[in-house]
Amino acid sequence: MAAQTRPKKPIRWHIGVFLAPAVLVYTAIMILPLAGTLQLSLFRNIEQSQVFVGLSNFRTLFGDPNWSVNFWNALRNNVWFFIIHMLVQNPIGVLLAALLSSPRLRFAAFYRTAIFVPTILSFVIVGFAWKLILSPIWGVAPHLMDFVGLKSLFTPWLGKEQYALTALSLVSVWQFVGIPMMLIYAALLSIPDEVIEAAECDGITGMAQFWKIKLPLILPSIGIISILTFVGNFNAFDLIYTAQGALAGPNYSTDILGTFLYRAFFGFQLQVGDPNMGAAIATMMFLIILAGVCVYLFLVQTRLRRYQF
Amino acid sequence: MSTATHSLPRTIGAHAVLLTYTAIALFPVILVIMNSFKSRAGIFGAPLTPPTPKTFDLIGYTTVIGQGDFIHYFQNSLVVTVASLFFVLLFGAMAAFALSEYRFRGNTMMGLYLALGIMIPIRLGTVAILQLMVASGLVNTLTALILVYTAQGLPLAVFILSEFMKQVSDDLKNAGRIDGLSEYTIFFRLVLPLVRPSMATVAVFTMIPIWNDLWFPLILAPSEETKTVTLGAQLFLGQFVTNWNAILAALSLAILPVLILYVIFSRQLIRGITSGAVK
Repeated sequence: MAAQTRPKKPIRWHIGVFLAPAVLVYTAIMILPLAGTLQLSLFRNIEQSQVFVGLSNFRTLFGDPNWSVNFWNALRNNVWFFIIHMLVQNPIGVLLAALLSSPRLRFAAFYRTAIFVPTILSFVIVGFAWKLILSPIWGVAPHLMDFVGLKSLFTPWLGKEQYALTALSLVSVWQFVGIPMMLIYAALLSIPDEVIEAAECDGITGMAQFWKIKLPLILPSIGIISILTFVGNFNAFDLIYTAQGALAGPNYSTDILGTFLYRAFFGFQLQVGDPNMGAAIATMMFLIILAGVCVYLFLVQTRLRRYQF
Repeated sequence: MSTATHSLPRTIGAHAVLLTYTAIALFPVILVIMNSFKSRAGIFGAPLTPPTPKTFDLIGYTTVIGQGDFIHYFQNSLVVTVASLFFVLLFGAMAAFALSEYRFRGNTMMGLYLALGIMIPIRLGTVAILQLMVASGLVNTLTALILVYTAQGLPLAVFILSEFMKQVSDDLKNAGRIDGLSEYTIFFRLVLPLVRPSMATVAVFTMIPIWNDLWFPLILAPSEETKTVTLGAQLFLGQFVTNWNAILAALSLAILPVLILYVIFSRQLIRGITSGAVK
């Protein structure tokens, strides 16, 4: 055969050596457990042994009111959590980045550093600090609202069903606004000066310049931020857990998929933990995140490519 | 530049917005730290004023240091973070080098396979990870956490580092090959020192989520021996709900190390984000 007449290249063992540790750890601790979790969702523990039950766990999750009410509630809350991030966090991030990137702005480094501080703090700190601030016992929040004459509007937000989720979403926005700010800031800095100068020659300055020139150019970054927000939100757990506990009170009004998964998997109070149902919920979260990533890759990314340099 | 884009009112407006937001971002942190140095009466009487000689009190700190085993938790966090960081950087750089330097069959597939973990969170595999750790007897050991965080950090590290390694000059590596250096020497002696700045960026990105994580310590290593500082703080805060001095002091103690590290590394971190490595 033709291939054998040529001297064969020696096997390059070093490629394997370089790749092996990362691939092994990643496969063993991340990919296989992920696949294992998806698989577990199709099994059920009957008399101490795992039995294949097909989609029966999912039938329970969607059909049994004990599960389905909680699941839809968690999903609905999670969607609202995400909407608030998209409507509040990302516009604020874009605004701050646009201001920061204006040329010859003094103290830009200070602002950048300070606004990013909440992002590096752990959820435990953020959750508890805000819980204290919003607490009616301490009275910091009503005290502050008194300054602007809005004291009458104060209620213990975290304790009221209709406000708790929104309040916690805003706390999460407060924590993570630094990330869209930084990424948009980087995108704005990378716009070539020629483009801006050409716009100025054509008389497009100020706000018009931002809307017509800069915004279309940073759309790919906004797309990335949206998908990062999506994945982060549908995987969130820590903030709700630290602020409201695993029961995501009051009356499950702040329950999101992460806390629901935790309760299903480990059990809480009267409910016994159930790894198979936990796996089924994790599978649903996986499918939701996968769907989001696919939408991003196929729709947003292909359409936005055109704007890139 | 034209005056139209940089008029005085516009600049003042920009500073006003940025200052307002900076105040919003820093207010809770300052409030907590400020009040942690006050007596109980001071905390509730005048929460918004800095401690005065009359309200100054370290009772919160003495309670925390007397009660919780924070030094031990702190050590655990440090061990877990440093070890995971070491493995992420070493394994990540090695894999990134293999992917960016050599052309071999399956290179792109391998890159995509490793990139999968950037988008799909490792948390979704928790059920099976716990089973794996139970089966291998690693529950309640720091090793379990180190393994999980190494796997968690690798995808992004490989992705960012291979972007940077592509920029290392081929001539340099080929010169090394002509001089008879092995591929391993080229990697450790030539390439690694050149990508050190990007390694620092990856280090910061990897470190923050590991240090702050609550989920895996809670599930894999909740025992007293292996508690990390984040989990310890969470449980401690739960116990002392009514002791505001202790809570505020514990929060301050949890904030300070991260804040100090951030101030030291913030230039590195911000340069890393804005250098366009994460596009």
